[in-house]
Amino acid sequence: MNLEAISPAAPPLGHKIASSRLWRDRIFRSILLLSIAVALLTLFTLLIDTFLEGRPRLNGALLENMPSGRPARAGLQSAIFGSLWLVGITSLVSLPLGVGTAIFLEEYAPKNSRYIRLIELNIQNMAGVPSVVFGILGLAFIARGPLSWGFTVRTGAMVLTILVLPLVIIASREAIRAVPPSIRDGSLALGATQWQTIWRQVLPAAVPGIATGSILSASRALGESAPLLLLGALSFVTFNPTSLDSGYTVLPLLIFKYASDAKAEFHVVAAAAIIVLLVVLLAMNATAILVRNRFQKRL
Amino acid sequence: MASESLAPSGQLLRQRRIELIVRSSLSVVGLVSVVVTIAIVASLLLPTLEFFSEISIAEFFTSKVWAPLFNPPRFGVLPLVTGTFLVMSVAVILAVPCGLGAAFYLSEYASPRLRKVVKPVLEVLAGIPTVVLGFFALNFVNPQVVQKFWPIGDVGTFSALSAGLVVGVAILPLMASLAEDAMSAVPNSLRDGALALGATRREVCTGVIFPAALSGIVAAVVLAFSRAIGETTIALMAAGSNPRFTLNPGNGVQTMASFIGFAGIGDQPTGSTGYKTIFAVGSLLFIITFLLNILSIRVVRRFREAYE
Repeated sequence: MNLEAISPAAPPLGHKIASSRLWRDRIFRSILLLSIAVALLTLFTLLIDTFLEGRPRLNGALLENMPSGRPARAGLQSAIFGSLWLVGITSLVSLPLGVGTAIFLEEYAPKNSRYIRLIELNIQNMAGVPSVVFGILGLAFIARGPLSWGFTVRTGAMVLTILVLPLVIIASREAIRAVPPSIRDGSLALGATQWQTIWRQVLPAAVPGIATGSILSASRALGESAPLLLLGALSFVTFNPTSLDSGYTVLPLLIFKYASDAKAEFHVVAAAAIIVLLVVLLAMNATAILVRNRFQKRL
Repeated sequence: MASESLAPSGQLLRQRRIELIVRSSLSVVGLVSVVVTIAIVASLLLPTLEFFSEISIAEFFTSKVWAPLFNPPRFGVLPLVTGTFLVMSVAVILAVPCGLGAAFYLSEYASPRLRKVVKPVLEVLAGIPTVVLGFFALNFVNPQVVQKFWPIGDVGTFSALSAGLVVGVAILPLMASLAEDAMSAVPNSLRDGALALGATRREVCTGVIFPAALSGIVAAVVLAFSRAIGETTIALMAAGSNPRFTLNPGNGVQTMASFIGFAGIGDQPTGSTGYKTIFAVGSLLFIITFLLNILSIRVVRRFREAYE
């Protein structure tokens, strides 16, 4: 009788366990897919919603007009030029400083010194400091205090440089580290000095990685808003910067201004400005990804 | 002849000089980051000390009213702390499981082709400026999602929930990519061994990869907390600027970071107590995120030692 209960008609015990384990695997897999879907769906909703809202104002006048208190005439010109100035200067200053630090840490610095480890820890930590704290530094030391440069292009660019510097350093270090030691050894064995080796062999080989890192840092600088809130970039500016000492506004902060306005018509302008900003950023990111992919293939 | 060839030529001397100049100027450049950190600490510390000579530490940490720019001013930081806590909690509750899930999928399940599509899309999401995400939170997430589905009380124009959800989306790519790095660092032999013993992919994930990559995952989680606490623009745009002592995420709140941005817009006169509050709150924010960052770096270091 008991034997009949576990007759061949019932599936073997092992098979039952296996199938329940497979089901758990499938459920687990769907949950994982769901978490990716959350990210992707949010991104697509954001893009579509913003595009639909901003489309009516997406025209040449948006780029040409100056900011205005009247939504129908409000444009972005001074903010576009302000962003170009800030991102341009930031890239020009942060690239040599960042690459220089990276060369020093990778090629010259003694690997086990305490002092070097302190610098490394410090750079890692700086990359994690909230960006608004850099705004406080800029307010206390650069706009006012010791330097007293005021709320100018110079101040904004300096703070953005400090902000992206750790990113440039980290990206450049990785690019330099990826250059095979055999290239260095070959160059040194042929009698080149260390600097000749770095300048003629290591840096050219690391250029794609450094380029990717600097494009990504520039796009970070272009999108940054929090520190500039404290540095006067939110003011109503209807002129383009003409020098390092001009007042300025930038695209992210003009978007902030239009988006926080009580009039709903301004939200349309904000959405249109976001589309402009995102198109530029996507183009920059795509360039960075293309450069990186080509580089990866060659190695 | 022999002594002549051993003496350094003019060109060689020149090369040595260049070498010396390069080496010393690069070590000066290397100091820049240290100088910046010292400047940050100094710029925060001095006004903070002045602030606490005017306002007692006890009032700062126990009073439940934050109104530094009002007359009479009140300086209880607790509403900013609870506001930060609310936005951070919502963000982390969304970003940590989703980021971990995405990392598991990309590292253990996805085909190379799918990875090639999904990873750049996540990078694009990571590159969206916070002001754009803030606009999305204010203009879409709050009216279309939070106001319709939040069960407790009426939700106004601003809510900690909409800000937190979008901050969560903002830190999700970082969380996913750091966790995935940790998972890909697990040697293939562990994976293959478990699969050969008949484990399913899920069992490999939860029984092998997760414990092996745990310290890297913990570091990613700690960093996610730090990012969520320091996020300024999204919180300012979507959670508003009303410092409220509340634990209901349906309310508008002010976070520590968004207060700094808000007070900065107001252009406080240098030396006023209102100006100094920026630095007092900034110090608190800096100390919290600094400790979290150091913790995260420490955990990663230990994790590296395990495999190299």
